[in-house]
Amino acid sequence: MRILFDELTKVFTDKKRGKKESVVAVDHFSFEIPDGQLIGLLGPSGCGKSTALHLISGLHTPTSGRIYFGDEDMTDVPVEKREVGVVFQNYALYPHLSVLENIMFPLDNLEGNKRISPNEMRSRARAAAKLVQIDELESRRPKELSGGQQQRVAIARALVKQPRVLLLDEPLSNLDARLRLQTREEIRRIQKGTGVTTIFVTHDQEEAMSISDQIVVMQSGRVQQIGKPQWVYDFPANLFVAKFLGTPPINVFRGSIRGGRLFIGKDDVFAAPGLSDQEVWVGIRPEGFILDEQGPLRCTFQSLEMMGRDISVMAGHVALEGERLQALLEAGSGIPAGAAQVNFSLKPDKVHVFSRDTQVRLDWQKGGMGK
Amino acid sequence: MMERNNPKGWLYLLPAMLFLGVFMVYPLIDVFIYSFEQGFNFASQSYDGVGMRNYSFVLRDPYFLQAVKNTFILVIFTVPISTGLALLISVGLSSIKAVRHLYQTLYFLPYVTNTLAVGLVFMILFKKTPYTDGLANLIIGWFGAGPVDFIDGPYWAKMFVLCFYTVWVVMPFKILILTSALASVDEGYYKAAQVDGTRKIRVFTRITLPMISPTIFYLIITGFIGAFKAYSDAVALFGTDLNAAEMNTIVGYVYDMLYGSSGGYPSYASAAAIILFLIVLTITCINLLISKKHVHY
Amino acid sequence: MANTIDYRKMERAAAIRRGIGKTITYLLLTLWAVMVLFPFYWMILSSVKSYSAYNAEYVPKLYTWDPTFQNYLDAFTTVPLARYFLNTLIYTVSTTALMLVVTVLAAFAFARLNFKGKNGAFVLFLSLMMIPNELVIITNFVTITNLNMRNTFLGLILPSVASIFYIYLLKENFAQVPDELYYAAKVDNTKDLKYLRKVLIPICRPTLITITILKVIECWNSYVWPRLITDNQAYFLVSNGIQYIRERGFGRENIPAMMAAVVSISVPLIILFLIFHKKIMEGVARGGTKG
Repeated sequence: MRILFDELTKVFTDKKRGKKESVVAVDHFSFEIPDGQLIGLLGPSGCGKSTALHLISGLHTPTSGRIYFGDEDMTDVPVEKREVGVVFQNYALYPHLSVLENIMFPLDNLEGNKRISPNEMRSRARAAAKLVQIDELESRRPKELSGGQQQRVAIARALVKQPRVLLLDEPLSNLDARLRLQTREEIRRIQKGTGVTTIFVTHDQEEAMSISDQIVVMQSGRVQQIGKPQWVYDFPANLFVAKFLGTPPINVFRGSIRGGRLFIGKDDVFAAPGLSDQEVWVGIRPEGFILDEQGPLRCTFQSLEMMGRDISVMAGHVALEGERLQALLEAGSGIPAGAAQVNFSLKPDKVHVFSRDTQVRLDWQKGGMGK
Repeated sequence: MMERNNPKGWLYLLPAMLFLGVFMVYPLIDVFIYSFEQGFNFASQSYDGVGMRNYSFVLRDPYFLQAVKNTFILVIFTVPISTGLALLISVGLSSIKAVRHLYQTLYFLPYVTNTLAVGLVFMILFKKTPYTDGLANLIIGWFGAGPVDFIDGPYWAKMFVLCFYTVWVVMPFKILILTSALASVDEGYYKAAQVDGTRKIRVFTRITLPMISPTIFYLIITGFIGAFKAYSDAVALFGTDLNAAEMNTIVGYVYDMLYGSSGGYPSYASAAAIILFLIVLTITCINLLISKKHVHY
Repeated sequence: MANTIDYRKMERAAAIRRGIGKTITYLLLTLWAVMVLFPFYWMILSSVKSYSAYNAEYVPKLYTWDPTFQNYLDAFTTVPLARYFLNTLIYTVSTTALMLVVTVLAAFAFARLNFKGKNGAFVLFLSLMMIPNELVIITNFVTITNLNMRNTFLGLILPSVASIFYIYLLKENFAQVPDELYYAAKVDNTKDLKYLRKVLIPICRPTLITITILKVIECWNSYVWPRLITDNQAYFLVSNGIQYIRERGFGRENIPAMMAAVVSISVPLIILFLIFHKKIMEGVARGGTKG
């Protein structure tokens, strides 16, 4: 099922002591989700991603804009008629019903010619349970299950009625680290197996990056960037996206373009042809640093951490935003003990330049690097 | 979420609103109207004027004055005694481990029993008949006092039984509420006090009492309200003709005016009920004012 | 050396003090237990003494070697005690059942549904909780009389149905059920009434049981309203029956038979209490008051 958002906006108004306070949770949301994809809605908490999800489910009604499933306008279709499957953050399993009864519950609500016999309900529920590999637990109560198992029951319940869209709200946040890894693969497998268009919400970029076909990065109700995870990582649309994606986070410097060259502080880093003279933000990914005694970026050395595969170097720089920069170097890169200064040269494709005013990423003609 | 207006909500509320409207809201308005309709005739449902005459009749009626006197005596004795006794028993209960649960349950038994039925037993225990002086008199006799008829005898004796039975009836609720309050005081305070070597009596007055003071206050307020509405206990002990027994209460007066040996005057009943309501309201407000100074929330 | 002896003495004195304190506490508590239980013991004891034996005791005895059940026979044959029981049962069951329906629906509306004017309605409900029964009973009496419903079950039942306190209690409980359960049900096209029936009620069953028991106790013990609204013995409830027996029953002096009647009407509630004492006490502790 293709899903289309057209200028979708949601404004919450709250009356407090007679004063109306408005919060724009989702702001002119427009994009299209192709059929059968797994989409991650990603953003810091409060960015409106859950609201966006529930605009799709129908639990929220948009203030303006339209939403389409395929060619069908769903904007005014109430939640119960939308035929969406939702997995809630706390799973929302009925505590007094067994696993199988939980999964059968949606089938019992089917109406008209969709109505099926109790036997068929049972066999369909069993099939759904099998799909998520909990068929051996069907007579247990939710509280007798582990978090991961509850999560699977919730997915089975959402899938059993063959929804047009599957929506997952922070599906992994209640699981411990090990289960999280396993479950996200599971979600991927189930989604590919059923081919149902799936949208999930998360604040964990790694989660979104690892399994999504596309990610949608949001902030303050606005879409910042949409695209394949790796592409978004490599070509962040603006400073926010660059800062939000990647662990350890990107290092941000105050820089400037002068005469076609990029300066970080007073350090003349490299040529950036095609950009006019201006103040900029410079973001450098931790893996973008090369230890180089002749390197243009001169930093004060702070500390060193061995992290097995990598070495992490902490250093300071006058033009740096924040306390210290973190550079990830291959193990074996030698730093002289007791050094007070480290110099780096940079990998240009790991360096992003953003307009100081608009924070939008600026492209220059790469390849023209060199001192 | 789900902010859609769902007018069906009113449909779900409808039965409750119907019942409350007919049997609570309407009567509440009506009772004030009744109380000002003078010379209301039940049979013809007519009245001959509007004014304060019902109130002045009730306020001059010796039966009503007797009922007010009885009620006030009952309130003044039973509220402090039952609250104090309940506090004593609850503190005792919280200090023991063995049989605590059994006693707690036992003490609650009177709450579920029929006031009329047990009142009858009390009546028999205190009654002096030609055949027997009754058990209460037997016990008094051990201390050398003469037999008294507590049910048909002197006023103070009857009042004593009424107070005694009232205390017996209200104790279960108070003990239950106080023991729950005591159990909810954080152990940490007691441990801290123990470490400081605080004497037990000081722990009680400086920690326990302030911590449960909202509960005690709640019990005093509900105790006042409850005692002002006393009626069934008196009926159980002295029969339905409370005026004859000089043991009527304000609520009893209301019901007698409404229906009973002297009944059929809803206007007088309304006036009396509103006077009662005003008394209770005043006392509750005074209680609230006092509590502001003494209760630690 | 002297110090250790001092400590030992002090400790012993403290132990003795504690012992005395404990003994007094237990003594006091046991005394109150006797006070509570004695009337019950006394009514059972008197109910199994024969009429002649009871009246022969100028000094009442605290035991009997010769128990008889004749009084129970008398109680059920000379007065229509069975009739009173049946009436009370009909009254209790119908009132409680109606109360449950009304309460569940109202609590659901307040806890779960969104509609214009809900908050106003809820505040109104809460403020009605403060209205004493004595104030409205007068008009209710007139209403029921004018409707010709005196000496009918409808007249007995209708004014006792709505209980704001229980609506409030249940609403609080309903509101504790996570919102997501409702949303999940809505997403699956569950109708409100079905959600109420299949999800909310089963989850909140403990509170519903508590409410039911409290209402049953209230009904079983109710006296004032039935007394006002019935003067025909055929509609007496047990409380009125007891009062009637006391004033006109077996002749004023057949106390053993009276006690047999008193025991009979107390037993159902005492059994209920023995089974559900935990639930009842929890329910009352959560803010119930008698009546």
